Amino acid sequence: MTAIDPTAHLTAEQIEELGRELDAIRDEVIADRGERDAAYIRKVISAQRKLELVSRGVLLFSFFPPAWLLGTAGLSVAKIMDNMEIGHNILHGQWDWMRDPKIHSTTWEWDHVSPSEQWKHSHNELHHTYTNVIGKDNDLGYGIMRVDEDQRWHPFHLGQPLWNFINACFFEYGIAAYDLELGKNLHKRRRKSPEFRARAKAVGRKIRKQVLKDYVIHPLLSGPSFLTTLAATFTANLVRNIWTHSVIMCGHFPEGVQVFERRSITGETRGQWYLRQMMGSANISGSKAMHFMTGNLSHQIEHHLFPDLPSNRYAEVAVKVRALFEKYELEYVTGPLPKQVFSAWHKVFRLSLPNKKPKVKTPDREQELVAA
Amino acid sequence: MVTTPLLPSDYLDLVSPLRAGADLRGRIEAVQPETGDAATVVIRPGRGWRGHTAGQYVRIGVDVDGVRLWRAYSITSPTNRQDGRIAITVKAIPDGKVSNHLVRRAKPGTLVQLHQPAGDFVLPQAKPAKVLYLTAGSGITPVMGMLRDIEFDDVVMVHCAPQPQDVIFRNELHDLVADGKLRLTEVHTDTDGMLDIVRLDELVPDWAEREAWVCGPAGLLDAAEEHWTEHGVRERLHTERFRPRIVVAGDGGEVTFSATGRTVAADGATPLLDVGEKASVLMPSGCRMGICFGCVTPLKAGAVRDLRTGEITEAGPGVLIQTCVSAAAGPCDIEQ
Ligand code: FES
Repeated sequence: MTAIDPTAHLTAEQIEELGRELDAIRDEVIADRGERDAAYIRKVISAQRKLELVSRGVLLFSFFPPAWLLGTAGLSVAKIMDNMEIGHNILHGQWDWMRDPKIHSTTWEWDHVSPSEQWKHSHNELHHTYTNVIGKDNDLGYGIMRVDEDQRWHPFHLGQPLWNFINACFFEYGIAAYDLELGKNLHKRRRKSPEFRARAKAVGRKIRKQVLKDYVIHPLLSGPSFLTTLAATFTANLVRNIWTHSVIMCGHFPEGVQVFERRSITGETRGQWYLRQMMGSANISGSKAMHFMTGNLSHQIEHHLFPDLPSNRYAEVAVKVRALFEKYELEYVTGPLPKQVFSAWHKVFRLSLPNKKPKVKTPDREQELVAA
Repeated sequence: MVTTPLLPSDYLDLVSPLRAGADLRGRIEAVQPETGDAATVVIRPGRGWRGHTAGQYVRIGVDVDGVRLWRAYSITSPTNRQDGRIAITVKAIPDGKVSNHLVRRAKPGTLVQLHQPAGDFVLPQAKPAKVLYLTAGSGITPVMGMLRDIEFDDVVMVHCAPQPQDVIFRNELHDLVADGKLRLTEVHTDTDGMLDIVRLDELVPDWAEREAWVCGPAGLLDAAEEHWTEHGVRERLHTERFRPRIVVAGDGGEVTFSATGRTVAADGATPLLDVGEKASVLMPSGCRMGICFGCVTPLKAGAVRDLRTGEITEAGPGVLIQTCVSAAAGPCDIEQ
């Protein structure tokens, strides 16, 4: 859909061959998956819990500024770990093979206001299947932004840098609303459908519990540190939201990432599906700690190719995947976090203004969302 | 509320996995070899363990190569063991993932998952005057649990194993014999051939008067059931089946695991438990041979075939199936 198709030089056979090579990479990891991986996720979970416990403990004395700083930092990191390396990946079923009911995608609930069940549907099913297909993958701009030249401009988009900033600060609520497809469902009669009501209720329950825990119970437990603990948990949630939002923006929005039109995916083969994931995702380069704190979503390309492989394997898979990019002369979009974040934000600003006439009409749904 | 969405127990488990109120677990404390391919695993169960009756088995969940696998093993330790530990004795079967792991690789200190003991292959309340134990191979394990637990006045045991060195607990059995507490006949099938059940008349002439506990491969159990029935003493016979008889089944179809929302194709010979596990559905299980009912799940639609009997079960309200011994007999929907 972008002016020059960067995959035009590949023949149909080459694309299928690429698919087979990727399947082979996947099979290799699966055959080798075992004790070491299981030990890894258990260790991460236990470290996260300990860090959270200790940080909350320290925050009991948060009227003392160093304790506030330490506790807030610890809690922020713990919350990031819970969302990224643990929650996101478990909910992808990456650890289902262990058959441990405590670490299974059907039983895991995360420290987030969107209930796991709903998030799994909108993220695992819709976003991962229709990655970057305009009108089908709502992750593209979350229904509030324009992220490609070919999307139709609307005056509403003038404010998108601001929407995006607000979304970053309250990202978990944005995601919950997004999982509920609030824009679409608040419309007309849909609001009344029992199915939507049940889901909205579930979100309400989850929000209540989360808010009660973070903003009532823990501050109360801290007694004289009530206000400072409140501020600490608020800050930790804010840090976590901005961080996850930034990482996620880097996955599909930086310059160089392709989007696809709806028609292009009819009758898509396995090879073509893989190719779309490769061209529709971008990585973040950096240290081990960096990969860990992003929940290995810094290996977004690998994650999109193999969403259910254990996250601790993406680094080794990346080497082989990158070699395939080279072999097939494709651009592997990657860069350090600041660069990618800047690039994504740059696009948000640029596309808030109209450009020359789009070649393709965006589906009417888009209109609806904007109007909502 | 304090820990939502986790439970306080998720944190407590970090420090005290065996405490009262935790999910039942145990810690392996020792692995003692018994024969070339059998070992006794001593386990300290968590505080919630309710204690067993001699002859019962325990379902145990062991992580092998990172994957949690459930099996059922007879408890071989006596019920009054002072240190509160229990023991299971495991024989490594060829290609057996869990048995080989426990016999050859399990390390003291490892946590395992446990269920409360179960099974009705146990001694009656009233002591029978005369007892016969007829066992083969690892079928000796529940009986050893009984022998160690209670002394009877008149006990005869016939045990089959390929060779003398394959007899699990051989030294202990011979000690009992030396003390006059047991009369034992070993049948070494490598040299003597398989035990023909009619030989019982010659080995234990008064077998029909004895309360009998028989445990071993399906062939032995089938023969025993027939023999005891023929002689009109079926009520004296107690059996424990370790392996299901599997009949060939046809058909198969699409299986939907409705709670998980997964649908996969299944043939008519693969247990639904395996089908689900391959599709990453979290399936409960235990013995995987139809005895422990740890895998029971509602059948919401369609029909399944019992792999042991060939019997067809159709869905309906309240219909439960054992997934480890049932295969798809057409499209079906399992609530899991
Ligand atoms: S697993 Fe024991 S009966 Fe099915």
